[in-house]
Amino acid sequence: MLGFVLRRIALTIPVLLGLTVLVFAIARLLPGDPVALAAGPNATPAEIEAYAREFGLDRPIPVQYWTYLTGLLSGDMGVSIFTRRPVAEDIAAYLPATLELVLAAMLLAVGLGLPAGLAAAVWRDRWPDTVSRVLALGAISMPRFFLGLLLQLGLAMALGWLPLGGRFPITEDPPPLVTGLLTLDALLAGDLRALGLALQHLLLPAVALSLSPLATIMRMMRASTLEVLSRDYVLTERALGLPEWQIIGKYVARNAVSATLTVIGLYFGWLLGGTVLVETVFDWPGLGLYATKSVVTQDFMPVIGVTLVIGTLFVAINLVVDILYGVVDPRVRVT
Amino acid sequence: MSAALEAGASPRRVAWRRAVYRFGQSRLSLVGLALSGLVLAMALFGGLLAPYPEHVAGGIATGARFAPPSLAHPFGTNELGQDVLSLVLAGARVSVLAGLAVVLLGALVGTALGAIAGYAGGWTDEILMRLADLKLTVPGLILAMAVAAALGPGLLNMVVAIALSWWPGFARLVRGEVLARREEPYIVAARAVGVGRVRILLRHLLPNVLTPVIVKVSLDVGFAILAVASLGFIGIGVKPPTPEWGSLLAIARSYMPDFWWMAIFPGLAIFVAVLGFNLLGDGLRDLLDPRTRR
Repeated sequence: MLGFVLRRIALTIPVLLGLTVLVFAIARLLPGDPVALAAGPNATPAEIEAYAREFGLDRPIPVQYWTYLTGLLSGDMGVSIFTRRPVAEDIAAYLPATLELVLAAMLLAVGLGLPAGLAAAVWRDRWPDTVSRVLALGAISMPRFFLGLLLQLGLAMALGWLPLGGRFPITEDPPPLVTGLLTLDALLAGDLRALGLALQHLLLPAVALSLSPLATIMRMMRASTLEVLSRDYVLTERALGLPEWQIIGKYVARNAVSATLTVIGLYFGWLLGGTVLVETVFDWPGLGLYATKSVVTQDFMPVIGVTLVIGTLFVAINLVVDILYGVVDPRVRVT
Repeated sequence: MSAALEAGASPRRVAWRRAVYRFGQSRLSLVGLALSGLVLAMALFGGLLAPYPEHVAGGIATGARFAPPSLAHPFGTNELGQDVLSLVLAGARVSVLAGLAVVLLGALVGTALGAIAGYAGGWTDEILMRLADLKLTVPGLILAMAVAAALGPGLLNMVVAIALSWWPGFARLVRGEVLARREEPYIVAARAVGVGRVRILLRHLLPNVLTPVIVKVSLDVGFAILAVASLGFIGIGVKPPTPEWGSLLAIARSYMPDFWWMAIFPGLAIFVAVLGFNLLGDGLRDLLDPRTRR
């Protein structure tokens, strides 16, 4: 098992190197003047030249890549031309909010998607199945940012039940900083009031983000449950007279879940992409909001930094899923 | 089926009629066909149908700002007094045609590279496929955002940025199909009689792998429209006054909830377009992909 884990970790190193090459290529090799971009839209030619010399942008490309790579290893992601702050510091400040949102959305998607898919398969072609099919069709075609706006319009603006955006009321003291995830920090501090406030703010963005992975997970769970239901051992169990709830709950659900879980890593990528849109709608102070604000002000280094961090997260999550898959299914460990 | 019994009908023709019949049996596919046809018509002729063409060109009517939906303005007017219906109709052009362009560009590049990788094998294959794997390290929307930021704003740049994360899917699909077919007797026979590699690839392999490519194109168009609108929403893409659904929605955000019609109608347009193409794509897949036939 240890060998399998180590092998999988070793395999991600070339992937991460590839990611830095990709990001570097976007930053330096695409048409458009990277130096002018990095120096900002209002820089004079002399300023641009000085900037190029200062950051080594006048040197050969392989040298530049090496400098970039060694800089990354020491945590240097460049400087925002807008705020003059180091990008790495900003990203460290925004990352927990994004993680909290993505994890909450994943919990919703898995926690509701799996039982809903199971129900759709068990009551195949009856009303739970039809309802789930129609919802899934709508959910996959629904732009997340539009769904977010609708939720805001209905639940926050018209009914006033939930806050419009942000992470925490500015008039209140947030729980002491431990993990950066406000809900977790509130729990750790035993502050139920803060937990409630944080959850209120988290609910709408998490729902908006989770809907399309929820629909997909539900459909996959339905398909794998139907497949398991047609196996011979289910027939045997029925022939032996086991109660239906026991067959479904004990044997079918477990086998169907492990088949569905293996693809969940892919949906994390989906969530990491979608979080940009949802954070913009809900003013959620995470990486996505940081990136979109930077894009609009043509502040280039933060965009590149966020791309790199989200890419790394994506790779890391897939690694974890791969390893978990090996834990669940021993056959995978061999290859 | 009666079509099969008709005298003189070629087998291909019979298969085609059977497929059309099956497509017609699926209500959702027909809804998809109708919706995507409507959206496509909007993309092609929307600008002409717009009741207030001067607003599409950027004209404003300060006297009629923020008018709620009425007979004169079924979708209301915006902060400049422009007719929202006209903007939505004209916005279809950018949103839908850019979505189509993304998928076609991705399909063209992906099919070419995938076919080369699959047929050539060896180092060519290795390099091309590792390049395609890079897509697995960054979510498509993030990659498109970074590329669009590097290239600068503009419609063409946006299409290129999204297509850059779109081709690997096609490349992998086509490579797999080519690999599965390159040792089939008709290819081996062609090689044996001395047909050149390029000719084998173009005349004998590509036509046989085209069906899954067409299915994927139809399945992807909806998502490409969604991607275009998403980039428009975060402020990359066309610049005003050119109307585009995503950016219309972004502007409307500042005027909620009082002027909700500014957000609802462009949002619905995106939803309907994506839903229509998704339903159509599903229908075509069921039709053309033998594996999903019941």
